[in-house]
Amino acid sequence: MTTLTHLDRLEAESIHILREVAASMQNPVMMYSIGKDSSVLLHLARKAFHPGPIPFPLLHVDTTWKFREMIAFRDALKDDPNIDLLVHINEEGVEQGVGPFSHGSAVHTDIMKTQSLKQALTKYKFDAAIGGARRDEEKSRAKERIFSFRSAQHRWDPKNQRPELWSLYNARIKPGESVRVFPISNWTELDIWQYIYQENIDIVPLYFADERPVVERDGIMVMVDDDRLPLEPGEKPEMKKVRFRTLGCYPLTGAVESEASSITEIIEEMLRTTTSEREGRAIDKDAPASMEMKKQEGYF
Amino acid sequence: MDGYAAPDFANIEEYLDSQLKKSLLRFITCGSVDDGKSTLIGRLLYESKMIFDDQLASLKNESKKFGTQGEEIDFALLVDGLAAEREQGITIDVAYRFFSTDRRKFIVADTPGHEQYTRNMATGASTADLAIVMIDARKGVLTQTRRHSFIVSLLGIRNVVLCINKMDLVGYDRDVFDEIEADYRDFASDFGFEHIQAIPVSALAGDNVVTSSENTLWYDGPPLMEYLDTVEIASDAQEQPFRMPVQWVNRPNLDFRGFAGQVVSGTIKPGDGVRSLPSGKTSKVARVVTMGNDLDEAVEGQSVTLTLEDEIDISRGDVICADKSPAEVSDQFQTTMIWMSDSPMLPGRSYVMKIGARECQMQVTEQRHRIDVNTRAHEAAKTLGLNEIGVVNVALDREVAFDPYDINRRMGGFIVIDRMTNETVGLGLINFALRRASNIHRQSLDVGKDLRASMKGQKPVMLWFTGLSGAGKSTVANLVEKRLAAMGKHTYTLDGDNVRHGLNNDLGFTDADRVENIRRVGEVAKLMLDAGLIVLVSFISPFRAERRIVRQMVEDGEFWEVFVDVPLDVAESRDVKGLYKKARAGEIKNFTGIDSPYEAPTDPEMHIDADKMAPEEAAELIISRLEQAGLIGG
Repeated sequence: MTTLTHLDRLEAESIHILREVAASMQNPVMMYSIGKDSSVLLHLARKAFHPGPIPFPLLHVDTTWKFREMIAFRDALKDDPNIDLLVHINEEGVEQGVGPFSHGSAVHTDIMKTQSLKQALTKYKFDAAIGGARRDEEKSRAKERIFSFRSAQHRWDPKNQRPELWSLYNARIKPGESVRVFPISNWTELDIWQYIYQENIDIVPLYFADERPVVERDGIMVMVDDDRLPLEPGEKPEMKKVRFRTLGCYPLTGAVESEASSITEIIEEMLRTTTSEREGRAIDKDAPASMEMKKQEGYF
Repeated sequence: MDGYAAPDFANIEEYLDSQLKKSLLRFITCGSVDDGKSTLIGRLLYESKMIFDDQLASLKNESKKFGTQGEEIDFALLVDGLAAEREQGITIDVAYRFFSTDRRKFIVADTPGHEQYTRNMATGASTADLAIVMIDARKGVLTQTRRHSFIVSLLGIRNVVLCINKMDLVGYDRDVFDEIEADYRDFASDFGFEHIQAIPVSALAGDNVVTSSENTLWYDGPPLMEYLDTVEIASDAQEQPFRMPVQWVNRPNLDFRGFAGQVVSGTIKPGDGVRSLPSGKTSKVARVVTMGNDLDEAVEGQSVTLTLEDEIDISRGDVICADKSPAEVSDQFQTTMIWMSDSPMLPGRSYVMKIGARECQMQVTEQRHRIDVNTRAHEAAKTLGLNEIGVVNVALDREVAFDPYDINRRMGGFIVIDRMTNETVGLGLINFALRRASNIHRQSLDVGKDLRASMKGQKPVMLWFTGLSGAGKSTVANLVEKRLAAMGKHTYTLDGDNVRHGLNNDLGFTDADRVENIRRVGEVAKLMLDAGLIVLVSFISPFRAERRIVRQMVEDGEFWEVFVDVPLDVAESRDVKGLYKKARAGEIKNFTGIDSPYEAPTDPEMHIDADKMAPEEAAELIISRLEQAGLIGG
């Protein structure tokens, strides 16, 4: 008798979900954030539809403040014949010069990420957006559905969610409405790393420790990825051996000092560490339940 | 923490490879806030090191602000997710939690225990292998314990851990524990549970959660975490016959045609004979395709792509089965349903059923009975309200492959979707087919007025416009019918003039003929009601007695008398058809209002003062009254 491991079961469940989206929605898209969760999601999508191509495009919402290494990693996908990659930038935001320093992280994230995402969904008339969110990331996500219904205004109503029984997903929507689909809902951060290790999945090198120029602000180590980072008087970038546990806009993403330069070392470090993944992300700290509010507004 | 998640890093690769061999256990926790359920889960997460320093720090902050434990950490706050819940101090939805040990990864469905959340509990139970039923040692087996256990059993969970909590508050008294356990085993004896493990715990103090407690030396069973870690979940899923609902037909080029799906039971190898249902066509498996390599065998739980030796027509929603032991096929079932919507389940109404990868139209043909969730007593009831459970017969618009839910959860469970709102309004478990597809004679569906009407999304009603010639009956009736048609309603208008030219062209205007005229029109209108239509009848119908006869021919509430009222002089002054003139001249005999009486309704459903109101206003008024009465709309 073959015994399936927990990763086998998680993988099979995610593939099942991806196939359900492809089969039951008119115009789905996969959100591609370039992070490790996106790498896993992309790997699962390849598996779900092998030997065929992935039957929906990938969409990267580019805030123009991503790490350069992320963009290089993303652009390498353009050569893959099985992948259709779309990149969307909120041009209005660019024209107004919106950025994390000039406008603050909250405004920047809202305009260049949340609003930009809504723009793209509206522009391409996607009726399903597949995302890599996990339920273990944050408390309000623990109650998120796998097929999460959104109104025509892209809003999420936590009190009005469709019950999900067995593996039967209700994908029926009216014109203008959409669903967000989270195939790796039941994975934890540790599952993700173990799967990357098991399947030998390619990830952005920023996850591995290396000498990088950083400055420390409000207890967060920020990498000086380009010359747009305004240095305070007397502030001088220092070379430190750091890595990133999550990836986003470089000025908003904290580095951690680390020696972990391989997947196994990352997992080892993770098992020893006692700080949760989102700690490095500035976005959650604004107010209690801030993630829940952002989700209601249309953030993933 | 006592060997859990405390890895040996001496050889990280070896350790990682061992971690990759973990199994997965999904369980549900049942109990109310007061039972300490959230505290227990919070503690399991904490003890398995799934709580990080920063979360612990914010937990300490929130414990002071919202917590119920004074300066102590309130573990319940870890798991009560949404802001609204934190403020109200209750859990209002299903939340999923994760923790792991060296042996297993756990997915916990944390569901609220209040009666109004039966649906959430069913949701959590639908994917669980095991249930933790919480009991407050001070209170013992309560009504809610019975309710939780019933739902858990209904959804097919066979393994129960009875956590008798708050043992610290009863002095760790063995007698209390023994009595509760005996009570529980007694009432749960017919729930079909294969194994019940009772454990005395204190979620708050930590007794018997991870380590055996010094306070309960009389208990020789394992602590909760150890039990969860080692419990064998009777999984005969691989021994069952092969089933795979087809989700996706993978056809990247002319040389490849694969059927993608998740194996929901059994195993499959190249060369195995398969049968596609409902078509019944057979073939053999050529390859079991996954990315990287073809498999020698696929088993229950895996998502794969099969290619077959023959080109047989299979599409999404079909089920590929073991050739020799295929699933059943039918389009009529007896089911057990749990209703999850504020709008009640209505027999005759058309819903969408999703089963496996198939969606089809479903009607409830008969509700056999409702089941009291607390006592399991059968009650007579025609509908199901929110959180109610009933045994109902359903009919589908096509045949589907299935196994009874008892035998195969993934092949016998379905959801019910409202066609208008697209909401998931119910869940169902197939008990058995009412009719096998192999039966040649179709059992006729009991199609009645309600069914016909609900297919049209309306309620049948007869609007009987009465009033003098020239009062404007037909004008108003026409406007009302136009409005109804624009709302997508199915209507028909019987007009005095039209009917007299055809059906009643043998009748004159004597009193006897007038009575026969009305009787015939009444019968025709009644047939139309039976067809589910909204019927508008525009007849002078001067006599109360005949109008009363028609009223008595149909069901209560179906006859709406609409009195289109104008004074005789107004009607006569309009005289659109020149009839009053002829009547006055004696050219027409027995003309209502002139030489034949008009008996005005004494208590009509609607009274239209047609000389003071434009026909459009009158029509508007009638439509709004119909809406108020719930006859149209929705």
